[in-house]
Amino acid sequence: MTTEATGTRRLNTAKATVEAIAREMERDENVFVMGEDVGPYGGIFSSTTGLLERFGPERIIDTPISETGFIGAAIGAATEGMRPIVELMFVDFFGVCMDQIYNHMAKIHYESGGNVKVPLVLTTAVGGGYSDGAQHSQCLWGTFAHLPGMKVVVPSNPADAAGLMTAAIRDDNPVVFMYHKGIQGLAWMKKNRRSIGPVPEGDHVVEIGKAAVPRSGKDVTIVTLSLSVHHALDVAEELAGEGVDVEVIDLRSIVPMDTQAIIDSVTKTGHLVIVDEDYQSFGLSGEIAARIAEHDPTILKTPVGRVANPDLPIPYARTLEYTVLPTPERIKEAVLKQVGR
Amino acid sequence: MDSNTQRELYQQMVTIRTYEETILREYHADKKPVFDIGAGLIPGEMHLAAGQEPVAAGVCAHAIDGDSVTATHRPHHFALAHGVEINAMTAEIFGRVDGLGRGRGGHMHLFDPKAKFSCSGIIGEGLPVAVGQALAMKRRGTNNVAIAVAGEGAANQGAFHESLNLAALWKLPVIFVVEDNDWGISVPRSQSTSVPSNAVRAAAYGIPGVRVEDNAVESVYEEAGKAFERARNGGGPSLLEVSTLRLWGHFEGDAQGYRSDLEGVPGRDPIPTYEQTLRDAGVIDDSFVEQTRSEAVKRVEAAVEFAKSSPEPDPSTAGDYVFA
Repeated sequence: MTTEATGTRRLNTAKATVEAIAREMERDENVFVMGEDVGPYGGIFSSTTGLLERFGPERIIDTPISETGFIGAAIGAATEGMRPIVELMFVDFFGVCMDQIYNHMAKIHYESGGNVKVPLVLTTAVGGGYSDGAQHSQCLWGTFAHLPGMKVVVPSNPADAAGLMTAAIRDDNPVVFMYHKGIQGLAWMKKNRRSIGPVPEGDHVVEIGKAAVPRSGKDVTIVTLSLSVHHALDVAEELAGEGVDVEVIDLRSIVPMDTQAIIDSVTKTGHLVIVDEDYQSFGLSGEIAARIAEHDPTILKTPVGRVANPDLPIPYARTLEYTVLPTPERIKEAVLKQVGR
Repeated sequence: MDSNTQRELYQQMVTIRTYEETILREYHADKKPVFDIGAGLIPGEMHLAAGQEPVAAGVCAHAIDGDSVTATHRPHHFALAHGVEINAMTAEIFGRVDGLGRGRGGHMHLFDPKAKFSCSGIIGEGLPVAVGQALAMKRRGTNNVAIAVAGEGAANQGAFHESLNLAALWKLPVIFVVEDNDWGISVPRSQSTSVPSNAVRAAAYGIPGVRVEDNAVESVYEEAGKAFERARNGGGPSLLEVSTLRLWGHFEGDAQGYRSDLEGVPGRDPIPTYEQTLRDAGVIDDSFVEQTRSEAVKRVEAAVEFAKSSPEPDPSTAGDYVFA
């Protein structure tokens, strides 16, 4: 896929994503946005700020709190040839509408033998770190990736969010677009400094299914995604001063997942740490380890390291929450263990 | 009602019944002496709609090009009445490559984009999809209508209520059709539903709700006509409940030991009743009945032949169509 960017500006992730949506809405009459508080509020996590003013209430539709109803409606509109962007405010709310997502959105194309397409983007906020408790802090991308028929996109920075959103809207498949609250660049939440960054102008597309390597290194590979990419980069910078050269892979999407990029990196470094803000068991980190094992376990010089949520509901109290999150401290410890320190 | 419409409604119901009887025969043909649900030319669950023909025939008679139907796990009568291609539909039920879904869907998952037909095996969950189809129809300025079918059991699901609210809120051209066959598998409506009629639930959403009590195709036709007119003219959604009849089991293999009303069931079959009415009125005669039946048999048997002659899917293609 091509990127025909004409220059860059610095935007936060939310603004970059909204720009991409607006550009596609101007290109294609069939694109519209639907969800809770996407209108005058502009999205609880600023995912639709300003769109109502530009495109009006016919195309930026505030819905009742009725996720089964409106996500199902987005699916129906998509089967009629429209290209809805529909927002599930927090991914944690999937429990009230998962039938529409995994039994309908993700299966209609297959069940119809390819005769019915569902070109839909399901956007949803993920992640913790601000004491929102067990029902508003999860990532759950492994849950969606486990179920066939939907692409799962998880950007970590403004430019990728814009490029992946553009690709998602143009994709003829359902795409779940999971943005971490901590990278949106919200004024009211702690954010990583890289949640504001350069974004290409013009038609900017990031192909879904290609990982990025934001930092090359020869000693240890960290495979991660979303907000944890920034923690990994911070750790890598710190460890560079201690003589450990860390390579960071930002998966950007997990369905499809760029397995080759992981294999190439681990073949070079021989050491793998997987950092995943989702639950540890039966999820992304186990899947990556399995893919390495299926490819060639001997490329590993030491056992795989995992830094993930240790299978606990996410606690409220700050001290407890930061015990289960994949913090830079935990990542650093895991990397050092790989090199015997 | 004009006699041409009467004859068409009768023909539609006979075609549907013939279809269901033929699928019944084919389904059980190789499941004897021991019933094995996974065995035979047609494996899996099989929910047949004998007795419910008046609902599909009476509703779909009003449909025009571009109207959609979202049906249930018991979908054949609505599929046929809405013009789904019978050969491809039958091949799908047989799990063959020429089926609507190339063998990937099965009898509960029939998708015919040309006829604008789809169905879902999850109770109540096809309704939101119909709401979205209606949203697209309205946005595009068509006068099309989305027909959303559910059983009476689905009316206790959240998806039903969310869909009614959204369709009413946005004044969408949806007709919610509730087929009340009295049984949610083995649980009678009296044990599942707090109100005597689901039609009254429409009031909660400020839309018209009507219940047809007699499972008569002309009553359904008449009430559905009002709902279509309202929807096509921008008046928004309606709810139409029909007290209908599950002539056979929930699915094939269901011995229906729980069913207290079985003795009276054959006498409630809507097709002989309607046939007699039309004979008495001089609208049809022996030769019309005979011709209708033989044409139905010919068409359905040809579809079964088509299905049987279509190859089974190549195992190496199982991964096709997960993604577009």
